[in-house]
Amino acid sequence: MKRFAALFAALDGTTRTGAKTAALADYFRQAPEADRVWTVALLTGRRPRRAVNATELRLWAAEVAGVPDWLFEESYSVAGDLAETIALLLPPPAATGELGLDQAIRGLVRLTGQPADQRKQAVLAAWAQLPATERFLYNKLLTGGFRMGVAQGLMTRALSQATGVEEATLTHRLMGDWDPARITFAALIAGDAGSDARPYPFALASQLEDGPEALGAPGDWLAEWKWDGIRGQLIARPGAFALWSRGEELITDRFPDLAPLADFLPPGTVVDGEVLAWDGAANRPLPFAALQRRIGRKTVPKTLLAEAPARILAYDLLEDGSEDIRDRPLSHRRARLLEILAALPAGLPLAASPLLAFPDWPSLVEIRATARTGGAEGVMLKRGASAYFTGRKRGDWWKWKLDPWSVDAVMLYAQAGHGRRANLFTDFTFAVRDGNELVPFTKAYSGLTDAEFAEITRWVQRHTLERFGPVRKVPAELVFEIGFEGIQESPRHKSGIALRFPRMLRWRRDKGVDEIDTLDSLRALLKAAG
Amino acid sequence: MATPVLTFTDRGIYCPAGDFHIDPWRPVPRALVTHGHSDHARPGMAAYLATHQALPVIRRRLGPITAEGIAYGEARRIGAASVSFHPAGHVPGSAQIRVEVGGEVWTVSGDYKTEADGLAEPFEPVPCHAFITECTFGLPIFRWEPQPRVMDRIADWWAANAAAGKTSVLGAYSFGKAQRLLAGLGGRGPILTHGAVEEMTRTLREQGYPLPPTVRITAELTPKTHPGALVIAPPSALGSAWSARLGPVEEAFVSGWMAVRGIRRRRALGTGFVLSDHADWPGLNDAVRATGAGRVFVTHGYTAPFRRWLETQGLDAGIVETRFGDEEEAEEPLAE
Repeated sequence: MKRFAALFAALDGTTRTGAKTAALADYFRQAPEADRVWTVALLTGRRPRRAVNATELRLWAAEVAGVPDWLFEESYSVAGDLAETIALLLPPPAATGELGLDQAIRGLVRLTGQPADQRKQAVLAAWAQLPATERFLYNKLLTGGFRMGVAQGLMTRALSQATGVEEATLTHRLMGDWDPARITFAALIAGDAGSDARPYPFALASQLEDGPEALGAPGDWLAEWKWDGIRGQLIARPGAFALWSRGEELITDRFPDLAPLADFLPPGTVVDGEVLAWDGAANRPLPFAALQRRIGRKTVPKTLLAEAPARILAYDLLEDGSEDIRDRPLSHRRARLLEILAALPAGLPLAASPLLAFPDWPSLVEIRATARTGGAEGVMLKRGASAYFTGRKRGDWWKWKLDPWSVDAVMLYAQAGHGRRANLFTDFTFAVRDGNELVPFTKAYSGLTDAEFAEITRWVQRHTLERFGPVRKVPAELVFEIGFEGIQESPRHKSGIALRFPRMLRWRRDKGVDEIDTLDSLRALLKAAG
Repeated sequence: MATPVLTFTDRGIYCPAGDFHIDPWRPVPRALVTHGHSDHARPGMAAYLATHQALPVIRRRLGPITAEGIAYGEARRIGAASVSFHPAGHVPGSAQIRVEVGGEVWTVSGDYKTEADGLAEPFEPVPCHAFITECTFGLPIFRWEPQPRVMDRIADWWAANAAAGKTSVLGAYSFGKAQRLLAGLGGRGPILTHGAVEEMTRTLREQGYPLPPTVRITAELTPKTHPGALVIAPPSALGSAWSARLGPVEEAFVSGWMAVRGIRRRRALGTGFVLSDHADWPGLNDAVRATGAGRVFVTHGYTAPFRRWLETQGLDAGIVETRFGDEEEAEEPLAE
């Protein structure tokens, strides 16, 4: 763990990407091969399964540190991170031992399913020999919450520097469901991980800030709706049928209603599209909340399959007859996509996402304004000649979302954040007015600057009315403009509504609590949303 | 019940028997001051009493004041109270103040740390009946490494930066922490200072505190004249235009708060060195135990959990609200 801890310290000790890349590339050149594989795995979100739950860890750590539970919790609320709290609380190690990353992780994997006292013994033994940073990292591995502040792109660049393999090629080779416990570093880099279900790296669009006029001739561009579902890649290859989310999660089993596609798609077909919960009667997507009910479930009850059936609206074709066609122009890929879909029998849950016809930019502005009535959140613009590129590359693909809805609301409760935001009040509950009452309707925790959060933190500390565990009740004085992308009815909330992507757009210092919006104004938006 | 030795008022800690305040935050006729940090030594008092070692800094910061010095350990009668000042180990000249009235002894810790730092007069426990203690770092996650280890770490960082052709900039509170770093890092290379640090350093040097030579940064001075230098500046100078003109730099903040990764990352500085002039958790507990006090008042810091912890240790503990801040977090205005 020593070398890995040094890498972590180097990455954590700088905010400059150049220095991070150099530190990683050095590591990939020098670390033991097995450790390199685990590092790639960790930095691409492939974490070992949790061997110990957080409750056990707290108990064991409090016991070893000789600290009562309540004091452990107080410490946790200040450090803001369980792994770090434990690393800081434990007495310094008596003697340090040499525990490699590969050895540490394999040890953890073996612990899964062992009786509690055996797991405890192993964890305590590791704690007793690891110095602070290594102990912190070991705890991060234990809790499964490992993040290193390294974007996957940066890691791939470093790996590319260390191995001489081109970045885009590596990005593709690192995708899919390879198992770090079984693969060698050489095999991983060479792309021998050989899973038939391996997806392609997703091409991502950039945000279009101003209008589309600067993009040139409208005829060069294809427009389609920006759907509010899960971006997915459907893979139908001989011997493999898989649905991947953009986060590289295999979600095939969560959508059994898509399984019939395996029998009908021509072998060697890969489609990029949006997974949606579909309202067949209205022929439009159900609100995102319906899809959300499906995402969390590994097994889907029949009633839910009926209430929120899944459907893919296809955007693009990446593999055609087992041939990688990502370099061909979008217009060609799209034409092939339509041909393949046309050959499918009727009634399958897969259709092309329709193109929007627009002779000039002003007409597209008008079309975009109607996005919400069709269940979309804006439009996408893609250059007809564009390749299916790797990752985010500005210029060819743009997402042009509708402006968020917004209301002015007052803060009622504040709670401290975690990690970088430990000790800082960043999670707020907001209310609108309903007659003489203030009705909480949403939480939000992003959109302000660090300076604003620091100022609000000082205010919260001075104005706390009551404490409920980590939550502080504050006087209803601070007004914020809350932006959101969607609004739905929700019987589970006191306000009767639920927002999609709520965040703070602005701190309205110029407004008082008598100027905030009402529950009626929210209900009016709900109506407008259809 | 008899009047307590010390009471807690909206002007600060007050001794009715001697009619004086300790570290008051509003104007009073007579102020006993533990040390020169601005949240303890405030302007506007008719008369000040502080250790001989603390007075020069207090005078420099407050301008013309009526003040008297006292030696560590010297007993002085004020009204019906007997007072004495004892080393707190926080910064040069800092003291705990012991107040005895009719055989009952109360001690105000001021700010303190228990580890000897080689510059400030080392902390001495003062046996007492009641102990009023700060608890800036009153949680068990705060446990400092021995100072030599931290200084070695900083020296390694400095050497690596110098080897890479970069100037090292340490952000440290200009009175106390800055000189502690100077004393711990002197002799390893050229050390440059920001004006605010230089002023305090000169004041302490004139008093005879052993501090290595320093060069004040001026408009004419460039890192070219002092390659591989270490710069000590107030925390507010980090990431500022002031530090940008030093050329290629690596910056680090030196504070007890750097023990928490979240706080370190929030400052977006990257590097942080954990070195505090306040007691860590073991230090606070040792200090409280060493006084033998049955009553403890905690102030400033993690007061609620520390009080509760002391009660589980069989002590009668209370919380006192004071307006003492925390120079570890405080940002000084950037004046040159």
